[in-house]
Amino acid sequence: MKREYDVLVVGGGPAGAFAAKTFAEKGYTVLLTEKRPAIGAPVRCAEGVGKTLMHEFLKPEDSWVAAEIEKANIIAPDGFTMELEPEKAGSEVGYVLNRKVFDRDLVWMAAGAGADVQVKTRAVSPIMEKGEVKGAILNQGGSTYEIRAGLTIAADGVESKFSRWCGVDTTVPFREIETCAQYLMTGIDIDPNATDFFVGNLIAPGGYVWIFPKGDKIANVGVGIGGDRSKPGNRPVDYLNRFVAKNFPNGKTIELIAGGVSVCQPLSCTVANNLMIVGDAARVSDPLTGGGIYAALYTGQLAGDVGSKALENGDTSSHALMPYDSTWRSSYLGKALERNYQIKEVFIKMNDEDLNAIIHSVSKMNLTDFNTLNLIKSIISANPKIAIKLGKAGLKSFIDSF
Amino acid sequence: MIKVHREICAYCGCCVSVCPDGALELVDAYLDIDMNACKDCGICVRVCPLGALEAKK
Repeated sequence: MKREYDVLVVGGGPAGAFAAKTFAEKGYTVLLTEKRPAIGAPVRCAEGVGKTLMHEFLKPEDSWVAAEIEKANIIAPDGFTMELEPEKAGSEVGYVLNRKVFDRDLVWMAAGAGADVQVKTRAVSPIMEKGEVKGAILNQGGSTYEIRAGLTIAADGVESKFSRWCGVDTTVPFREIETCAQYLMTGIDIDPNATDFFVGNLIAPGGYVWIFPKGDKIANVGVGIGGDRSKPGNRPVDYLNRFVAKNFPNGKTIELIAGGVSVCQPLSCTVANNLMIVGDAARVSDPLTGGGIYAALYTGQLAGDVGSKALENGDTSSHALMPYDSTWRSSYLGKALERNYQIKEVFIKMNDEDLNAIIHSVSKMNLTDFNTLNLIKSIISANPKIAIKLGKAGLKSFIDSF
Repeated sequence: MIKVHREICAYCGCCVSVCPDGALELVDAYLDIDMNACKDCGICVRVCPLGALEAKK
């Protein structure tokens, strides 16, 4: 059995798979390890992704796409619904994916490009020599062995431990974890091409309730709340049960999904000597929406590109890998994360009166070029009160600068 | 110390991400707690989406 690779990828989600695929395509030997017995299961995701963002990397297969989304509804605490129909303006919205199929296909792509894959194989510690990562000790089916690698990619998700063992603190501040519960439900009366977002401090404090359709009468129905808002009797699952009892009393739950999404700022540095950190492990999920698929694909591929150059030059020091960190930070992704973090900080402090006022005012606008930034700018211009709040937080000029 | 109610836990790893002491680890389909590293801060108990963790004196 091969014990030495150019690249070891810890974690078989989208970020790890895309990194492994990129390195393998460039001719490097790659081992991808996944601690779970199956790629893509259990799902820990609401499965939504933007169409244009996804098309940057992949042409979606029919089997990945559970539903195409043409419209988003934002429902205010007072029940008022704001409809966003970007299709009418000629732009596209998104997909709700089947992550079990999607994740598996991405790993297949990596394998097809030449990467070795091992499941039910957990990295139990890094191999550290002179303060540098030299691979990892793996446990596969109860037996432990060393895999040495020139470069190790930490793609171990929200519960990331690998980077921590290498000396990078990945702890998410508990007020900045979005704690979530979701049911996959059938037999519910929904619009199969619209996503619904319900906001309000009574139904989802510091977060939102989502309905993401996955077909006719089928949807992911979930709730995420701020970690500091969670308490006995008012945990995500309690909020979810109350929402479902009220809105879908006759629906049937065929899957329970729990999860945490980091809504903190990204790690202050995502490289170390011979180590690159990608996807949720790097804390690059969107602090406002919680979405992480695009960021995973982007950082996975970028790590593959930058890491390959470093391997080619025979220098995988943190200095040589730094272009990975600086490139994603200055990219569309990095800027969106920074902006959405600041907006999130204001959003989570809003009372229901603020939320109602915002949603009512935005619904009266004609948003032709729909995106999060335009939406935010419109909100600010229509809501002097919110503009003042943002101004006090030093954010108005920050947002105007985009 | 922290007790895991395995019949409630859906092994999502939310608690692992917030543990300041690195005392929790999600091993496939179960949660492993290093009682020597745990400082009983109770953060994991608070954030668990399902209420699977309990602080025990």
